Amino acid sequence: MNLTGKKVTLHDMSLRDGMHAKQHQISLDEMVAIATALDDAGMPLIEVTHGDGLGGTSVNYGFPAHSDEEYFSAVIPKMKNAKISALLLPGIGTVDHLKMAHDHGVSTIRIATHCTEADVSEQHIGMAAKMGLDTVGFLMMAHKVNTEQLLEQAKLMESYGANCIYCTDSAGYMLPDEVTEKIGALRSELNTATELGFHGHHNLGMGIANSLAAIEAGANRIDGSVAGLGAGAGNTPLEVFVAVLHRMGVDDGIDLYKIMDVAEDLVVPMMDQVIRIDRDALTLGYAGVYSSFLLFAQRAAQKYGLQARDILVELGRRGTVGGQEDMIEDLALTMSKGQ
Amino acid sequence: MSKKLRAAIIGPGNIGTDLLMKAMRSDWIEPVWMVGIEESEGIRRARDFGMKVSTTGVDGLVPHILEDDIRIAFDATSAYVHAENSRKVNELGVIMIDLTPAAIGPFCVPPVNLQQHAKHLEMNVNMVTCGGQATIPMVAAVSQVQPVAYGEIVATVASKSIGPGTRKNIDEFTRTTSAGIEQVGGAKAGKAIIVVNPAEPPLMMRDTIHCLTESEPDQAAITASVHEMVAKVQKYVPGYKLVNGPIFDGNRVTIFMEVQGLGDFLPKYAGNLDIMTAAGLRTAELFAEEAASGAIQLPTRG
Repeated sequence: MNLTGKKVTLHDMSLRDGMHAKQHQISLDEMVAIATALDDAGMPLIEVTHGDGLGGTSVNYGFPAHSDEEYFSAVIPKMKNAKISALLLPGIGTVDHLKMAHDHGVSTIRIATHCTEADVSEQHIGMAAKMGLDTVGFLMMAHKVNTEQLLEQAKLMESYGANCIYCTDSAGYMLPDEVTEKIGALRSELNTATELGFHGHHNLGMGIANSLAAIEAGANRIDGSVAGLGAGAGNTPLEVFVAVLHRMGVDDGIDLYKIMDVAEDLVVPMMDQVIRIDRDALTLGYAGVYSSFLLFAQRAAQKYGLQARDILVELGRRGTVGGQEDMIEDLALTMSKGQ
Repeated sequence: MSKKLRAAIIGPGNIGTDLLMKAMRSDWIEPVWMVGIEESEGIRRARDFGMKVSTTGVDGLVPHILEDDIRIAFDATSAYVHAENSRKVNELGVIMIDLTPAAIGPFCVPPVNLQQHAKHLEMNVNMVTCGGQATIPMVAAVSQVQPVAYGEIVATVASKSIGPGTRKNIDEFTRTTSAGIEQVGGAKAGKAIIVVNPAEPPLMMRDTIHCLTESEPDQAAITASVHEMVAKVQKYVPGYKLVNGPIFDGNRVTIFMEVQGLGDFLPKYAGNLDIMTAAGLRTAELFAEEAASGAIQLPTRG
């Protein structure tokens, strides 16, 4: 694979996807310390939001330590070069949240839908684009559809005003060939000015391989997370990815030693559990299940005397999509009655 | 004279047709008119069912309201045209049942506050949202026992059961449902989440209701209240089913529901649409029952 001379924009997820792994309890000090250190390491884009996006604060997904407003107000004024992005899932967050994020200085907004439901994002993408925000359409669980269907949904988001489209491997299920095919098709069929991104999860250990495949096929934005802090087995570990990119001669503008130090000195010490491919995270990747279900399934398994793996496989069998965390306790109750 | 109130349905789409099929079985409502804006499949279906039809909107209905003694109108069109539709029929003394998200009248969730609306002869009542009809009775079941500081619902619906109107303005669902959780459900603060699931075969509508009570929940009283409320909803939506719960965790009360439709015109999995049409019809029926018993006086006509 020859990626020499390519330019990519890396996008850190540790303070948003990492919120899942931290049950949304990252403190303001931790947010500021990590974001500042990432900024200093040259990270161009850092996502800061409740794990389930703007408005995610809930019984269902978890109440965070602080509101998104508080996190933005603490982090954004401290940034020298890095821009801050926010995630929004229509059905959870609304255009009111979008306006709030814009007012607080968020410059990139990512509107996320399940990979077949792009048309629920029209009002949010439309408004973000009208506000002049860097507007991203984020198609989640992209392994659930074929390339043609994904392209159709991507075109919808593009038509609403998104200037960048993501192929999002929410379950960490994809293998590199699938990434190549999907990103390649998006690259050849979407407007040449539309940027492409890839968001991976490391549940099958493919985060780095998939991200490289995405770059080769035409993606120029890659999500990852410093020390991998994210849902499931985490996102593509950024410090590792940066080292690989540097060996391959890809220009990412990141200082490798500095990002290694952020991972080692700041992020790893604040982890509640080691982010690794344990059997439950592996099950997510193997069965194609939404990564943030992991901790919910583990808690429900403990409460109702079940195996998290069994719950996760059943969630996959039932075709659950991102956001259906409420299904986990319901299913665990039903499964425990059947025992 | 028949005790039945004569009705017009505005909007011959899937919802309007399903409502028509339910209304034709009603002991209290007699559907007479179907109103569309053009010749369409829905208009043809209504004609086949023996309805009078307008293909020129509510303006085509208005001249016939008095001679056909239309007392109830159901609006199954869109929020954009509802206010005008409502004004035109209200002027002639027709009670409007609003199945759109316009919500210009008070919210109506039959087992919780319909009696009160009937008593005051509200001339326009709004049926909130599908998620609201499925979940607000449960929030109310808890808040009738003890104060609820916060009510949150998650409605998961089959992708095939939500149309382009809802998709274009999904925020309207979350906003309107949250408001209903507070105003009708009785929670001090409300939040609504909707998840659209494309699984095949389509999944049944499912709803999770979380209430945070102000003080420690009275488990026995809440459980009894929930079961009683489920039975009330089942009278007009037989497929309204308590799957699990109520479960208690500290001050959290959680209830898991599933809603299967009757499968009149809409498929059975679309319990979210069925509960809207069924609740709309139930609302009209109560107005009819109250008018027949003399409890309320309908606007006088010459």
